[in-house]
Amino acid sequence: MLKMTSTVLKNLFSKSSTRMYPFEVREPFPLYRGELFNDIDTCIFCKKCAIKCPSQCITVSKNKENGTGIWTCDPFACVYCSICVDVCPTQSLHMKPNHRKPSATREMIDMTGKVKVPKKKAAPKKTE
Amino acid sequence: MARTIIPFGPQHPVLPEPLHLKLVVEDEIVREAIPALGYVHRGLEKLAEIRDFHQMIQIVERVCGICSMVHSLCYCQGIEEMMGIEVPERAKYLRTIWSELHRMHSHLLWLGLFADAFGFESLFMQFWRIRERIMDINEATTGSRVIVSVNVVGGVRQDLTPEQCSWILTELAQAEKEIKSIQSTILTDYTVCKRTQGVGVLSKEQAYELGAAGPTLRGSGVAQDMRQLKYAAFDKIDFETVVETAGDSYARSKVRFREAVQSIDLVRAAIAGLPQGDLAAPFKGNPEGEIITRVEQPRGECMYYMKGNGTKFLERVRIRTPTFANIPPLLAMLPGLELADVPVVVLSIDPCISCTER
Repeated sequence: MLKMTSTVLKNLFSKSSTRMYPFEVREPFPLYRGELFNDIDTCIFCKKCAIKCPSQCITVSKNKENGTGIWTCDPFACVYCSICVDVCPTQSLHMKPNHRKPSATREMIDMTGKVKVPKKKAAPKKTE
Repeated sequence: MARTIIPFGPQHPVLPEPLHLKLVVEDEIVREAIPALGYVHRGLEKLAEIRDFHQMIQIVERVCGICSMVHSLCYCQGIEEMMGIEVPERAKYLRTIWSELHRMHSHLLWLGLFADAFGFESLFMQFWRIRERIMDINEATTGSRVIVSVNVVGGVRQDLTPEQCSWILTELAQAEKEIKSIQSTILTDYTVCKRTQGVGVLSKEQAYELGAAGPTLRGSGVAQDMRQLKYAAFDKIDFETVVETAGDSYARSKVRFREAVQSIDLVRAAIAGLPQGDLAAPFKGNPEGEIITRVEQPRGECMYYMKGNGTKFLERVRIRTPTFANIPPLLAMLPGLELADVPVVVLSIDPCISCTER
């Protein structure tokens, strides 16, 4: 054990390696894959995220009658791989660098937005 | 002398995962060990039938947390070979960097657990403090601490900026300094030597015949490392296989310690030679054919067999992990030991039961 003496003494007189966690929180790294969030205003409900998701935790449905779309994510099934963020064509999906708040009950992320009507392409002008 | 059967595991203070051994003992001396596996079988291989081959990357990463990057690397290499995809050079180097970082943090984790197994808790905390630097590098560069999920078929998803590279180098220099400062403790301390030297000896012939893999094999004097197959960027980076000849628990821990230090040099060499270029090669189509790929995980040789039939679902994925190969050598090491030495010897093969049972 004598071999450890210098290390032990150094540890005794240096700053603590751990943090007083709830009072002192480390800044998250900017790339950290934390909570998944959908900016529903720019979402076009194309279902690409739902198809590519490895854990199949995202469901997207469109209601053509009232023009609303529903984007649902089960955060308890999500594996935080950010594949959906990579494939999103409108960049409406992104990940916040913070953890999701803990909860005692199963909570789904439900988001309802308006389905954008695709602009009709102008018919090619007839040349006379 | 009366024979008694003592159950070891599936829940035991030194075991992070459920391995069950029935130890037949005579007066505290182990005569025979009978393994029982199957406590954490999850059926991940079966998922290949309902998840397409891109989604399987995220599934094979979850076979094992500690070597997740290396599992997905092996899987992606197999698919790339099947489809004839040429991976860009930069992607190969980045894969090397992250796989070596994984090797380093796996070995540091194991060295800590090993110190804990023979009751040296202070040393355990020293190793895990160094490991924290490597985990921070993983988190800052990829977005996750353990399951980095950087591999895609054809390349990688994340890139390293020059600032990140220089930050990694400073962190690694600090980590190397800290590892060297406790080198004398793990390698020459009286307590460590007393508990590990001459315990659980596996001879060179036994290791070869029983099919040991990784540090268990190299600790017995066989210089076999799957990185010699020159996958990823290992054809450009020179390294020397770490070999010890004693074959006991001490030799195995020494191999792991030296490999952790060696990985720092390999990451440095990969960063120094990092070429410019694309991150991933574009491709079309689905895999067809059969393939076997092998890579070196922190624990040893990992083998993937894959069979594709031209659809987006693979027909079969078979994973053979290093711990599966190391169980017969473990059973050969145990007879003749005192009961108190069993935890140290079991831990010396670095058992990963989640890997074995998938």
